[in-house]
Amino acid sequence: MANVDELEALLRPPELEMPPYPPKVITLASGEKMVVRQLDREEVPILLEAIYPLLWVERDYYDIVSARLFGELLAYKRYRVKNEYVLVGLIDGLLAGMVNGHMVDEKVGMSYHTLTIRRGLRVGSHLFAAKMEYHMDFLNQEEVLIVAESPIGFRRWMIEYPLQKKYEVPHELGGGPSWVLNKETYLAAKPRLVSGSRPVSTQLLTGAQTIVLPEEEKIVAQVLGGKGGDK
Amino acid sequence: MRPVAVIGAGMTKFGRSEWPLLKLMNVASLAALNDANLGDVKVDGVVVANMGAARLNKQTAIASALVDRLNLFPAMAESVENGPASGASAFKVGYQAIASGMADVVLVTGVEMMRAVNNLEVTDFVASLSHPEAEYIYGVTLPGLAGMFARLYMERYGVTREHLAMVAIKNHANAMKNPYAHIHQTVTMEGILTAPEAVVNNPPIAEPLHMFDCCPVSDGAAAVVLATQEIAEKLGRQVVRVAGIGQATDTHAVHERPDPTELTAVRLAAQRAFSMASLTPQDIDVAELHDAFTILEIAESEEVGFFKKGEGHKALAEGVTSLGGKLPINPSGGLKAKGHPVGATGVAQLVELTWQLRGEAGERQVENAKNAFACNFGGFGNNVVATVLTREG
Repeated sequence: MANVDELEALLRPPELEMPPYPPKVITLASGEKMVVRQLDREEVPILLEAIYPLLWVERDYYDIVSARLFGELLAYKRYRVKNEYVLVGLIDGLLAGMVNGHMVDEKVGMSYHTLTIRRGLRVGSHLFAAKMEYHMDFLNQEEVLIVAESPIGFRRWMIEYPLQKKYEVPHELGGGPSWVLNKETYLAAKPRLVSGSRPVSTQLLTGAQTIVLPEEEKIVAQVLGGKGGDK
Repeated sequence: MRPVAVIGAGMTKFGRSEWPLLKLMNVASLAALNDANLGDVKVDGVVVANMGAARLNKQTAIASALVDRLNLFPAMAESVENGPASGASAFKVGYQAIASGMADVVLVTGVEMMRAVNNLEVTDFVASLSHPEAEYIYGVTLPGLAGMFARLYMERYGVTREHLAMVAIKNHANAMKNPYAHIHQTVTMEGILTAPEAVVNNPPIAEPLHMFDCCPVSDGAAAVVLATQEIAEKLGRQVVRVAGIGQATDTHAVHERPDPTELTAVRLAAQRAFSMASLTPQDIDVAELHDAFTILEIAESEEVGFFKKGEGHKALAEGVTSLGGKLPINPSGGLKAKGHPVGATGVAQLVELTWQLRGEAGERQVENAKNAFACNFGGFGNNVVATVLTREG
């Protein structure tokens, strides 16, 4: 091997052409505006910081989702997954949630994870829908392979869309067999599940340029929701 | 009958509890007992309101368990199960024990731990209060009944989805001022109704009711200490007297009612409570109504006599029922946002009203509240308990 750069080239997966996800703005139930935009590789560390305290939160499988997402984000940053992308939801710059996935090939996409920090406003539902929108409307793929690790995810994706079983195709995350969102299902679900508007105003986009994290305690508190123990 | 007063009140934060059922119950009870500051005065009766511990938490005879945990021996103890009206029913049993002379001090605790099971199971559990052959067997759930009720009510009285959303917006805003509320999240008309995204933000549950028209599934406990008015005065507490209690029933199956939009049991229970209290609806300064679904707050506000039939939504729109309005309804956030642990709800309503009458409700305090009213709605209106509390002095 001639040098490190040549070796690195061999370690990096070959990438397909991948048009960027155009940002959009979603009005939440609270009236707040959530900007959904694509994450740059350089921004990965701040997401890792947000995820870190959730690695030990068992509720609703945040631990396993966070741990896997942590690895997927590192892989994205260091070019170890083919055509991976990350979308973030930001309210006044404050991180509300994130989703990621990748292109298996030109026709097939694969959903990885959805992680919501600001709960109770269907942020996860909006972000997952944005992910499907990316695969279908902007990457022009025919189907997206999906698995769920939590009962909430199963209700939101498998039942709510509804997805179809595609058990014969393995998913990279292992575990349960694959389910699939195809074009037909997507178009049927789109009016009730995919929302938001474009273009995003300069003011909102500017506010979403820099990701701000809630305090670590607030991240965990928001994820855990109301508890009987604090009063 | 001897006059009875509420001398202590306490509750846990509603939401999702990390504590087991019995600890939830203990914490709320201790909060109420601490508040009552009984000194040497003994508790001689314990009544626990609960709907589903046997099914959801594999726990029975919880009143006896509470006596044991709080070392209240040899107080008499019993559990009351009366569906979502269990709380006010238990309060009534405690009241009767003191008023009749069987007891001098009674602890009334309501508790429910619903999030121990998944959403499907908890929906089925609540639906088990419906008529087994006429409703349940056909898959009717409480949101389903409320949806049908709402559709008819809207058609007949001109209530719109905007009015329903106003209830949610008001009660979510109130809950923001209540540290014990399950949901601390403001919602806006744009976000839940008028923005294109509202389709996703506020999906249909049982048309015309959407997600933000329905109460959350909550864990929680609430407790009050009742005593003779004589003891209350000796202890030097601000006396909150139980001025009236009324209860009424209606047909089990909703379709058997001559007019399904008439909540007859609500009307009769309220009339009985007002009659006993020698007060009228117009004397009430603050109310907690059973808004398990937004439409119920509007409908109940009419049936109990606050507004004429078909005019509750107009009063709502005019801000009459908001904090700062002429008759604030659900300053706690109501079931809609404070939460609805079914067995605890009726007691929690009375905890809130006790705090309101004592001037201890913080940011959500209704100014100079003297008379308060609660409606605890069991089944789909087939067993309702109404309570009137009055501040003495």
